[in-house]
Amino acid sequence: MLEHLVNLSIISSSLRIATPILLASLAGTISERSGVINIGIEGVMLLSAFAAAFGSFFLGAWPGVLVGVMVGGALGLVHAFMSITVRSDQVVNATAVNILAIGLPNIIISRVWKGYYSSTPIVPVVRNLRLELLDRLPVVGKVFGDLNPIVYVAFLLVPAMHVLLFKTRVGLRIRAVGELPIAADTLGVNVPKLRYLSVIASGMLAGLGGAYLSICYQSQFSMGMTEGRGFIGLAAMIFGRWTPVGAMAASILFGLADAFQANAQSAGLPIPAEIMLTLPYVLTLLALIKVAGKRVLGPAAAGQPYVKN
Amino acid sequence: MKTQSSFQHRQGIELVVAVLEEPIARSLLALFLALAVVFLVMPVLGANPLGAYSSLFAGAFGSKQAIGETSLAMTPLLISSLGFALAYKCGLFNIGLEGQIQVGAVAAAFVGYSIHGLPSAVHLPLALAASLAAGAIWGLGPAILKARFGIHEVISTIMMNYIAFKLSAYMVSVQGPMKDRLDLMPASPVIESSAKLARIMGGTRLTWGIAIALVAAFLVWFLLSKTRLGYKLRVVGQNHFAAEVGGIRASHYYVIAMMLSAGLGGLAGGVETLGVHYRLLASFSPGYGFDAIAVSLLGGLHPLYIIVSSFIFGALRSGAILMQAKEGMSKDIVQVISTVIIFVMSMADPLGRLIKRRIGLKTNA
Amino acid sequence: MRGIVKRFPGVLANDDVDLEVTSGEVHCLLGENGAGKTTLMNVLYGLYSRDRGEICVDGSPVEFKGPSDAIRHGIGMVHQHFMLVPVFSVVDNIVLGSEPTRGGFIDRDRARREILALSREYNLPVDLDAQVRDISVGMQQRAEILKLLYRGARIMILDEPTAVLTPKEVDELFKIICALKSSGCTIVFITHKLREVMEFSDRVSVLRRGRRVATLETANTDAAELVKMMVGREVVAHVEKSDRVPGRVVARVDEVTAKNQRQLPALRGLSFQVSEGEIVGIAGVEGNGQNELAEILTGHRKPTSGKVTLQGRDMTGRSPKEFLRAGVAYIPADRLRDGLIAEFALFENTTLGYQDSLPFAKGVRLDQGEERLFCEQIVKEFEIKATSTSVPSGLLSGGNQQKLIIGRELRRDPRLLVAVQPTRGLDVGAIEYVHSQLIRAREEGKAVILISLELNEILSLSDRILVMYEGRIAGEFTSAEASREELGLCMAGGRASQ
Repeated sequence: MLEHLVNLSIISSSLRIATPILLASLAGTISERSGVINIGIEGVMLLSAFAAAFGSFFLGAWPGVLVGVMVGGALGLVHAFMSITVRSDQVVNATAVNILAIGLPNIIISRVWKGYYSSTPIVPVVRNLRLELLDRLPVVGKVFGDLNPIVYVAFLLVPAMHVLLFKTRVGLRIRAVGELPIAADTLGVNVPKLRYLSVIASGMLAGLGGAYLSICYQSQFSMGMTEGRGFIGLAAMIFGRWTPVGAMAASILFGLADAFQANAQSAGLPIPAEIMLTLPYVLTLLALIKVAGKRVLGPAAAGQPYVKN
Repeated sequence: MKTQSSFQHRQGIELVVAVLEEPIARSLLALFLALAVVFLVMPVLGANPLGAYSSLFAGAFGSKQAIGETSLAMTPLLISSLGFALAYKCGLFNIGLEGQIQVGAVAAAFVGYSIHGLPSAVHLPLALAASLAAGAIWGLGPAILKARFGIHEVISTIMMNYIAFKLSAYMVSVQGPMKDRLDLMPASPVIESSAKLARIMGGTRLTWGIAIALVAAFLVWFLLSKTRLGYKLRVVGQNHFAAEVGGIRASHYYVIAMMLSAGLGGLAGGVETLGVHYRLLASFSPGYGFDAIAVSLLGGLHPLYIIVSSFIFGALRSGAILMQAKEGMSKDIVQVISTVIIFVMSMADPLGRLIKRRIGLKTNA
Repeated sequence: MRGIVKRFPGVLANDDVDLEVTSGEVHCLLGENGAGKTTLMNVLYGLYSRDRGEICVDGSPVEFKGPSDAIRHGIGMVHQHFMLVPVFSVVDNIVLGSEPTRGGFIDRDRARREILALSREYNLPVDLDAQVRDISVGMQQRAEILKLLYRGARIMILDEPTAVLTPKEVDELFKIICALKSSGCTIVFITHKLREVMEFSDRVSVLRRGRRVATLETANTDAAELVKMMVGREVVAHVEKSDRVPGRVVARVDEVTAKNQRQLPALRGLSFQVSEGEIVGIAGVEGNGQNELAEILTGHRKPTSGKVTLQGRDMTGRSPKEFLRAGVAYIPADRLRDGLIAEFALFENTTLGYQDSLPFAKGVRLDQGEERLFCEQIVKEFEIKATSTSVPSGLLSGGNQQKLIIGRELRRDPRLLVAVQPTRGLDVGAIEYVHSQLIRAREEGKAVILISLELNEILSLSDRILVMYEGRIAGEFTSAEASREELGLCMAGGRASQ
């Protein structure tokens, strides 16, 4: 039984499962780094997952991914408008998006596909990348040989965002705007513009995560398929101290837990399936406790609208 | 140089601002906009808006039975919305109501079917109390996480939601301890009749639950506006710094508020189980916990106005069933209505201030 | 600047103000709190938009849509509260918004070189790689000035630059200003301290209640004349205070140590006592532990060691509620954040701290009738300008808000009153009122601890003065012995000649 539980395929499963969590946590990171809290990532992911499946059905897999990302960006724009320009409560707005994501897909599905209600039909997917060279290598091959290209994209975004945030002008300004926006403003930095860009980028990342779920990880959209990964991603963001690398590490950890739980079921562990399914959520709570014990704070201005005179 | 038209223009804007600021007007505006948006969107989704709305109305108010169904749907909405409003007044965003409703149902069902031979006067309150306690306990975790560690309650309560769903599913799964062995459905045994909530209106499914809900509304209103505890909760919710200076320990009251709020969630689950389903079903709540947010906001977070807004939402929910049957318009449209309402209500104050700033009026903040 | 008008909700901050600054001079903007000095400069810097009026730089009219426009015209501003991101390094803070790049990335090496050159040229030593939150206030200010120099500012606006400096650091700042002036910069200096005007400036413009009263050559005027222009009438230099012999000891602090928000030591073995009918003034530059001391005395912070005694009772580490019960009243520094609930009505604010006692608490209920009555009494007794007790407290003026808080706290009939910065941001009339209330408390036999950054206030009100430096009492003086020079020396860490 042990070899069922712990083997190399668990690592590749972890990477697969970690990907949407990673994308969600990157989305959260860039948004909060600029000072805007975005707990609507779950809803954005779900709606984008649906949009991607929808797009894929009519246009094909890769266009579907694009549709998902665009829808995510559009939702990010809405959140940005509400949070930055109108300055209404960021948590309430995000909750509205999450609620919309519960109902809207079903309505459209039942209209577009007769007989379908809570899930779409099977749609074209983005195929995994079989890397010939790697396949021949003993260990690495088993882990990396058969991964979806989006997985690579997601993990490559980690160093990309790291460089962006810490080595470029834009990154410095984004971080400044999230820590002390008035300081940035007095130096001529355009606070709203940067926040808008970050939140839209956040939406697009969440959109990519959603697209991954419906047309890479699965082959259709089904109601509630994000299963809280948007929120787990936020926990990963906190656990990773609002850095891309930290987010990656935390996401892999959560992915490992999820993969372990899935493996455990097939390995015949005597723990019931549903109890095992609570593992990711319990782990998230524990991770939050561990982080909070050290009194770590996020970007100082996160969640506070910036008011100019 | 102000011309006639620009003067009228300005008057129009001032009217909009006045509507946004006045609580009742604002709620009506939100409701109207939500219904209007959906009305306009329906043709795109292939439904006939007039037909849809008329069957919605008929399904909600068209007969005694319809009104009974509306009030029945109103009951858990009212109770859980009170829970949301109470937590919100103390500065907490209890998005975990859905999970708290679920565990309340588990507790109520368990007490309902596993204890035999008790008179109704004892069994029923016991089951209700169990559901309240279960909800409160479910809220205790996130409450402590917030009070001790400062962890935002949104993430922790959402995690508790998922755990609640999975645990409850386990309870009535094939190997689960609460599964009714004699039934193929994933459900618990039916509760004893001594634990059932009696019908209150002949010819309908409406139970005494509605009375419980109304009493709860009155109690919450009294608590918040007339008692010392309510004062302290409100102070903490409005300005926890000043609260500390006034000798009110915020962390303490976060826990109290959360437990009361979650307890109300549990109660909602209990009332629904003991009055409608009479057993624990895997996932019986069609999103009451999330609707509670819209209902609360629509009611301006005022316990007595929430009675009205929960009635409206109850009407939407029960009416939507008929609407789906007759017009084929999915009842999930209620979720869309919810969303628009939340957006409008949340935007009202800031938007009002934004407009005022642009036209140069005095603002409070 | 000509005819500048700037309005805020409820306040006309700048009422048709003209200002002319000539190149190469040090020009002081003098006025009391609320006179409109900072607002005027924020308009110049492009941070605020003006409602009316025009601005000309070097003779040509300009329109600043934001600070970047002002920066491009060579105008720079160092604000009263530093605009430095605490978690960023000094380098990052200085280059923010004007970062040098190489191949798309920030060229930190070039930034360092350029800044070090400036730092050497103007004698502004800074630790480039340190995080701003770890460096001294003096270094932070130097970093702010370097920010301006890095962008080639020729016109520098300094807003109350000495508020956070020790007297010695003030002298250093003066030297820096001289150096900047001789290199051709023009300096505009906002202050409310007459000494600085007389010492540093070439010309001074006095603002009062949003209007410019006069502009004079500093050499042609004196402090008395300036004060009259600043305030509009004769100012009473000293408050009337009777000779009192202090009574029993009310509060005692013994060898208390404590940490601050960031877990760094804030109090390092502090001991003192205060008795009935005495005002003990705690002087010191901001950041030497005064806030933490106030928190220890009111139960908002637990000392890591040592004892806090109140009338013989050990109160170390007890909750704020217990301190309230023991008769400690607290007037916090930040009245809007800690003292009041802006959105609540006045009568709900006056109940704060009383919610569990009679006559308000009746079982589980809160008697609103009693609440309103109590509030009305306070409004009347303390002459608070409000239309009714149902008005949200956030609508009151600063002075009236402070009166509400003082009224609420004094009605507690406390044994000990802890007042922190009680006159911050208030106009002269309100300041006089607050001072008279503190004296009244003293007359009534209460013990008063006054923590303030305003040396004049400490000097005129206190019976005894303690100077805090780096978490310890650096010197103790009676009001007769104390002089500005000695206090200043203590505040800077020098030894007091006792």
